[in-house]
Amino acid sequence: MKRALPVLTVLAGLVVLWYLAAVWMNSTWVYDQAERSGTEVPFGEMVAQTMNQDRPLLPPPHQVGAELWKGLFGQAVTSKRSLVYHGLVTLKGTMMGFGLGIAFGVLLAMAIVRFRVMDMSVMPWAIISQTVPIVALAPMIITVASQVGIEGRDLPKAIIAAYLSFFPVLVSMVKGLRSPDQMQLDLLRTYGAGEGATFLKLRLPASMPYFFASLKVAIAASLVGTIVGELPTGAIEGLGARMLIGSQFGEPLIMWASLFAAAILAGLLIVAVGFVERAARKRMGVPA
Amino acid sequence: MKDTQAGAPVIEAKGLNLVFQTADGPVQALKDVNLTVNRGDFVSFIGPSGCGKTTFLRCIAALEHPTGGTLTVNGMSPDEARRKRAYGYVFQAAGLYPWRTIAGNIKLPLEIMGFDKAEQDRRVSQVLELVELKGFGKKFPWQLSGGMQQRASIARALAFDADILLMDEPFGALDEIVRDRLNEETLKLWARTEKTIGFVTHSIPEAVYLSTKIVVMSPRPGRITDIIDSPLPKERPLDIRDSREFIEIAHRVREGLRAGHHED
Repeated sequence: MKRALPVLTVLAGLVVLWYLAAVWMNSTWVYDQAERSGTEVPFGEMVAQTMNQDRPLLPPPHQVGAELWKGLFGQAVTSKRSLVYHGLVTLKGTMMGFGLGIAFGVLLAMAIVRFRVMDMSVMPWAIISQTVPIVALAPMIITVASQVGIEGRDLPKAIIAAYLSFFPVLVSMVKGLRSPDQMQLDLLRTYGAGEGATFLKLRLPASMPYFFASLKVAIAASLVGTIVGELPTGAIEGLGARMLIGSQFGEPLIMWASLFAAAILAGLLIVAVGFVERAARKRMGVPA
Repeated sequence: MKDTQAGAPVIEAKGLNLVFQTADGPVQALKDVNLTVNRGDFVSFIGPSGCGKTTFLRCIAALEHPTGGTLTVNGMSPDEARRKRAYGYVFQAAGLYPWRTIAGNIKLPLEIMGFDKAEQDRRVSQVLELVELKGFGKKFPWQLSGGMQQRASIARALAFDADILLMDEPFGALDEIVRDRLNEETLKLWARTEKTIGFVTHSIPEAVYLSTKIVVMSPRPGRITDIIDSPLPKERPLDIRDSREFIEIAHRVREGLRAGHHED
């Protein structure tokens, strides 16, 4: 309870702000309607009318909540209108991209720490890669993927997600693999340990705390990448596609509900990563 | 076996020089070092920082490579001696892996050297007993005090049963009470295992209390200014430090250190 209270306080503050913003933004439409019909709306009436519009500029929390509920539980999870269905599509892309990003990030970090020439040649490009807006790259990746005959969207989506998620893993692993100090390296030298043993017994375990810290960033980045990968025209599945449909067809409620579904998914993923991290820390003897 | 070889030279340095190339030009870390350490000796290296005492120990361990002169360990080059597992090395910090238990840490060299599982377990319990940490094998390093951690690191260096134990200011970071206790235990350990010990310190009482041979060094350039063969008996209770002989040796060490400093 002590930990929940500050969080809940902020949440309550946000909801209040949100309602105020909804009244303010949606009032334009109410006043326009009133002017057209030549009537006056008192303040109280105006507020009431901002709360239940079909296509509000900014849907108030209860409308979004209702739409979210409908999307999650209102139909079979196999329905194309179910947010669970679209969420699972996005989850699949996220996990594929996450796995790909981890593998790529770790392998690249190993190479960079091992070979000075990799450090000098590849590391700057890894950093530059993150300055290219993914929104610009995503359609290209999808087009190229279909050109070379890759069926479906799973792989290009995973590549886009991995493009974002490998970077935090790479940076953390480079730092982590380099974290053992000279004394610990000297100790292994006195045992006549080779490079393989030094990596397995010292560098790799020493990098684990850095690795797990990066996973939380990487999973969130992977989700963002997947959603961006679902945005370009042609996508009909996934939370990203749902958001785009909502925006293009003037259905703000669908857009907002998908947005919140994505936020919930992100939260669940981060909690899951947290569990894995805690289990690993326990195995590695970190005091609770 | 060991008795027949007792007194034979294990470490021999002749005209040893080591020059480090630094950004500010060459630095003479060791100049013309001549020293013979015999089997079963307890040799302390004492001197102010920069006198090359740690550098010399690192040369023996093949962590640094001399630029001149000869150095042999068990009649071999230091690199060969390492491959023959001639020595265990204890650093100033315990440097235990936080993700391994105490037993796991002691197994580290054994895993790297390819001992089988049963042998690993046997040796772990044996050395844990030697350093009086029996029953602590399953603990993680953070659950132990600084002194206990250092004892675990000594156990780790003893695990593969090298003849030579090299210790680089192992108790430098510990408080005096713990240090006294560990000094006593180190002597006991030395008596029981009959190892040859090279011990770097900057504490005069520690050097005199522990050693059969005290090597006094001075800086710029790092060199030996005095070698004292201790007349103290092998059995040394802590209160030997109040004896006349002890005080005389300590005095001579202090004189040697001071002589080195006059040239500054």
